[in-house]
Amino acid sequence: MAILDVQGVCKDFGGLRALNQVNLQVREGSVHAIIGPNGAGKSTLLNCFVGRLKPDTGSVTFNGKSLLGINPHEINQAGVARVFQTPEIFADLSLIENVKIPAFAKRDGAFRLDLWSRTDSHAEVRDHAEAVLEDVGLADKRHMHAGSLSRGDKRRLELAMCLVQDPKLLLLDEPTAGMSRADTNATIDLLQRIGERGITKIVIEHDMTVVFTLAHTISVMAQGAVIAEGEPEAIKGNPRVQEAYLGGAHL
Amino acid sequence: MSAATVDTLRRGNAAASVPAGDTASSRSDHIKFAVFAIAVLTMPVWLSPIGAGYPDLVQKFAIFGIFAIGFNILFGLTGYLSFGHAAFLGVGSYAAVWSFKLLTMNVVPAMIFGVLASGVFALLIGYVSLRRTGIYFSILTLAFAQMSYNLAYSVLTPITNGETGLQLALHDPRVLDGPAEAGLPTTTLFGMETIGYPGFYVCAVMLIVAYYVAMRITRSPFGMTLRAIKSNQNRMNYTGFNTRPYTLAAFVISGMYAGLAGSLMAVVDPLAGAERMQWTASGEVVLMTILGGTGTLLGPVLGAGIIKYFENIFSAFNDQVLGRIFDFLPEVLQNLMVTLVHPFVGEGWHLTLGVVFMLIVIFLPGGVMEGIGRISARISRSRSNRSS
Repeated sequence: MAILDVQGVCKDFGGLRALNQVNLQVREGSVHAIIGPNGAGKSTLLNCFVGRLKPDTGSVTFNGKSLLGINPHEINQAGVARVFQTPEIFADLSLIENVKIPAFAKRDGAFRLDLWSRTDSHAEVRDHAEAVLEDVGLADKRHMHAGSLSRGDKRRLELAMCLVQDPKLLLLDEPTAGMSRADTNATIDLLQRIGERGITKIVIEHDMTVVFTLAHTISVMAQGAVIAEGEPEAIKGNPRVQEAYLGGAHL
Repeated sequence: MSAATVDTLRRGNAAASVPAGDTASSRSDHIKFAVFAIAVLTMPVWLSPIGAGYPDLVQKFAIFGIFAIGFNILFGLTGYLSFGHAAFLGVGSYAAVWSFKLLTMNVVPAMIFGVLASGVFALLIGYVSLRRTGIYFSILTLAFAQMSYNLAYSVLTPITNGETGLQLALHDPRVLDGPAEAGLPTTTLFGMETIGYPGFYVCAVMLIVAYYVAMRITRSPFGMTLRAIKSNQNRMNYTGFNTRPYTLAAFVISGMYAGLAGSLMAVVDPLAGAERMQWTASGEVVLMTILGGTGTLLGPVLGAGIIKYFENIFSAFNDQVLGRIFDFLPEVLQNLMVTLVHPFVGEGWHLTLGVVFMLIVIFLPGGVMEGIGRISARISRSRSNRSS
């Protein structure tokens, strides 16, 4: 069953058609990769899922509920979390606070006026946040400023901030961009481990190792449209994909 | 190096990288609070050697301390720089004086009305201003405050009594106080007069309460949410927070602090004038907060005290006083020094304030609190060096 159902989505920027009749069905519990050359419209499509952009036409349905025209925080409360291309973290706060904040959002909803209790008196939030930091391997840095982390660690922190909410759908926008080989492999390991929890994931990625290791389904985009979709083996051998994306080279 | 030194150093480094509000234990908070409370209550004693122990000035320290603590909840925690907070100060004063005129000279209802009126006013202004962030938010608050200031002088004269200012009068109803005795009454706390030192103690107790509430807010999930909004509002939206009600709550709370400060101004001197709402007063609280240390609990109180102290000291200097200070120099040099220093004192004390402010922003962006932190770090470092 499709947890995310995208039908006929179009988006124009001025005269440029960024998305052209995009259809996409993401199966519950699967890892769905979206690949394609720069400017193919991958990030634009992701922005339509989280409420940053509103498609001109078409529909985006998550768990049977339309995501169009509602605010980003409502989409998150419905169970969609996102990792950004450049990590969006709270640079002035400690790592543990970075993870506690989304945990509070999950527990208390979009707004709660709790002026009087001490943050550290909420033991279940603290324990959960510490367990997730442990999962991503940042537990020993929990009292550091998030802004002082390396780029790879920032990405792992952002992933922890999403995981602590136990989302139904996790959107990953180039989770290994700019990482060393070792960091990339560590991230693959991490994503495989959390894959066991059955969180549905959409991954945008340029690194083909990551894509072919993780993905159950791959959609290939070019010039704002999905030109091919299928299992990794089928995509590897698809001549249209090789023409459009890989410039005719064989994988 | 001994193992203990290594440990101290490591702890020193860790402490430097830990953001406020994270590791501070409940116990250390309460110790700091107790020290703060004692220091505030004994201000007339320990401030008298530097000539600041008299009621008028310690009252100002407490009142502006409250104003700055509240301002810091919006500016220091949430990251919204309001340039119109003096409007709430003014509303608090007017509400308090009206309470003195219509109800009773008791200061408790006056403070309650001052806080409520400015809270409602802050809700309206905040609702509109918080639709924008950054400089546009600052400009909106500035515009609203200047509008309030001008309205107080024009169409709102029936409420504000225009340029004369709102004052007590013999024929005021004061329905709860019963028949008036001869002469204008003074403010009271359930029968006890609150001018002079008793007036200071009312302000001091309110400052201690204000500090305690700000401490609770800073350590609460709400306070952490405000700091996260300051750090990355975009991430907050994608993290499932509706940030608007949080920023509005911070705005209203800081407006209520300003209202409390305004009503205390009326408590120690029962009159209210529109000049209290002028933009210079709004700018002053920004200076106090930055000078003391933005985002810290104690910093704004220190900043308020320092500015009010220097305002008082430097504005009282005139050429005779300067002449006496430079008496030890030959006459030519004495005259030269008096001429050089003259523009920085008396009416020109703002020039001194400006220079001090520039030095702080350039060399100590974290304000006095950063200075204190650096000094204590240096002391602990030299102590650990000696022990190794």
